[in-house]
Amino acid sequence: MSNTKYILGHFTDPDDLMHGIDKLQENNIKIYDVYTPMPIHGIEDKLGLKRSRLPIAAFCFGLTGTFTAFSMIYYMLVYDWPMNIGGKPAFAMPDFVPVCFELTILFASYGMMFTFFFANHFFPGRAPRVMDLRATNDRFVIAIDAQTNPYPDKINDLLNSAGAVEILHNERKYVSYE
Amino acid sequence: MGTHSHTHNFNEQFEFSGKAKTWSLIAIAIGVLAIVYGFFLDPHVEHRAERTFSNLLLMGYYFTCVCAAGAFFLALQFVAQAGWSAGLLRVPQAFARVLPIASVVLIIIIAAGLLSHNLYHHWTLEGIAEEGHPNYDHLIAGKAGYLNIPFFLARQVIFLGIYSIFAIALARFSYNEDLEGGLNSYNKSFKYSAIFLVIFGFTTPIWSFDTIMSLEAHWFSTMFGWYNFAAMWVSGLCAITLTIILLKKSGYLTWVNENHLHDLGKFIFAFSIFWTYVWFAQFLLIWYANIPEETVYFYKRWEPSYKPWFWINIAINFLAPVLILMTRDAKRKTAVLTFVCIMLLCGHWLDYYMMIMPGTMEENHTFGITEVGIALGFAGLFSFLMLTQLAKKPLVARNHPFLEESLHHHI
Repeated sequence: MSNTKYILGHFTDPDDLMHGIDKLQENNIKIYDVYTPMPIHGIEDKLGLKRSRLPIAAFCFGLTGTFTAFSMIYYMLVYDWPMNIGGKPAFAMPDFVPVCFELTILFASYGMMFTFFFANHFFPGRAPRVMDLRATNDRFVIAIDAQTNPYPDKINDLLNSAGAVEILHNERKYVSYE
Repeated sequence: MGTHSHTHNFNEQFEFSGKAKTWSLIAIAIGVLAIVYGFFLDPHVEHRAERTFSNLLLMGYYFTCVCAAGAFFLALQFVAQAGWSAGLLRVPQAFARVLPIASVVLIIIIAAGLLSHNLYHHWTLEGIAEEGHPNYDHLIAGKAGYLNIPFFLARQVIFLGIYSIFAIALARFSYNEDLEGGLNSYNKSFKYSAIFLVIFGFTTPIWSFDTIMSLEAHWFSTMFGWYNFAAMWVSGLCAITLTIILLKKSGYLTWVNENHLHDLGKFIFAFSIFWTYVWFAQFLLIWYANIPEETVYFYKRWEPSYKPWFWINIAINFLAPVLILMTRDAKRKTAVLTFVCIMLLCGHWLDYYMMIMPGTMEENHTFGITEVGIALGFAGLFSFLMLTQLAKKPLVARNHPFLEESLHHHI
């Protein structure tokens, strides 16, 4: 067995890329992932990707924000230091709404951002995990796990016939770590 | 015209017959009977006319708003150069085509109610603006330059007339496009839509100030116009979505799929929140400032006979759609969307009820044959007129430049 860990097929055109995905799937070659410089419609369905769970995280963060805001205001204005503001009762619910609303949004947006960073290993000082740098620029890249797909020549042929302009056999997963 | 790889029949026309026609005619008959009942048979003799007129105003306004929302939907799609909606534009177009008739109905109701002193009597009493007259009202006298009968009726006619002209023009461009093709109609629609949106945006608040807010002429709120606009837009979207779902159930509109419904569902979800936002913005400021001339509006709606409805209004129009339509799957399921659309259409009836009744019927408001019958009557009238218009032309604008994009819409 060779030292190749991942086979990367480079395409210059998204239609060729979609065609390449079809060809590989027809031949039962499992695709590890696809990297493109721009979103491509319908590619998630084609690759059978599960829907992101980010919205669920957002909902939970949002709810946390609402309860944080509510308990904070309740503690301050009702429990700890009730004040007479314009003759309103201390526990003046309508007043709470804007703050609860704002904190819901704040928590949901920051929570989503940090969840996304966490899931994608974005940390300060950490090299990003990129399998091919040109996929962030002008190339559409299909990555195939060479360890689980044992016929590299066949994969080469399939990628070539689909219109791949370059095929790389990488011995490490993330080139960006160099 | 793009690729022809699909199997849809673009010459398909809606056939208005059978159950749909029978039921809408039955509903109209129920409405007529309810009006007769309201005027002549209602046991509460002293409130007969006012109650019936309040309900007629409610449903006439609702009816006009839904049709105007159809025209607004069209204009919005053209100005945004939206592609996703190209395949379903004939439905809001049918709404827009009914707008002139709805406007006439509303103007007749308003004029009859006003001249018979059953509606708007807070500012139309004789001598209300004459100093020294027993009916003199200082506040109304200050507004008399704006709030007087000729100018009021003129505004109604001008506003509704302008909306109707634009609504008909937008529908006509689309029909011309069917015959001629090319971009000429689309470009004209774009221009007309942009002008219409500016006019509509500035005049609908004034129109709702006139039609609804002047029922309680002492009270005023600048948010009221946007609050009404939000109600109009949500109920219009619900009516459009419901029509599309029912058409699909009858086997029409094969090219409209769950992706389009998803987008409509998002619209309903988002604008239900917007409705609440505007509703609450109005409420919070009035509640917080606690100025008697402003709080009177909510004081009336906080009376024991209105209070439960006050809360149900928020539960139906905010909590329910937000919680039900939050997930992606819910917006893509026809059954869920159908339920939410019907619920919101009833919810916004209640919303209008809460705007109108405390101003007209005050503590004498009731809920019974008149309310249900007139609501059904107008629903039947709307379905009858709208479906008649829909049946006149093919169900798709087949030369719309973005039609191909709409067919492949995927989210």
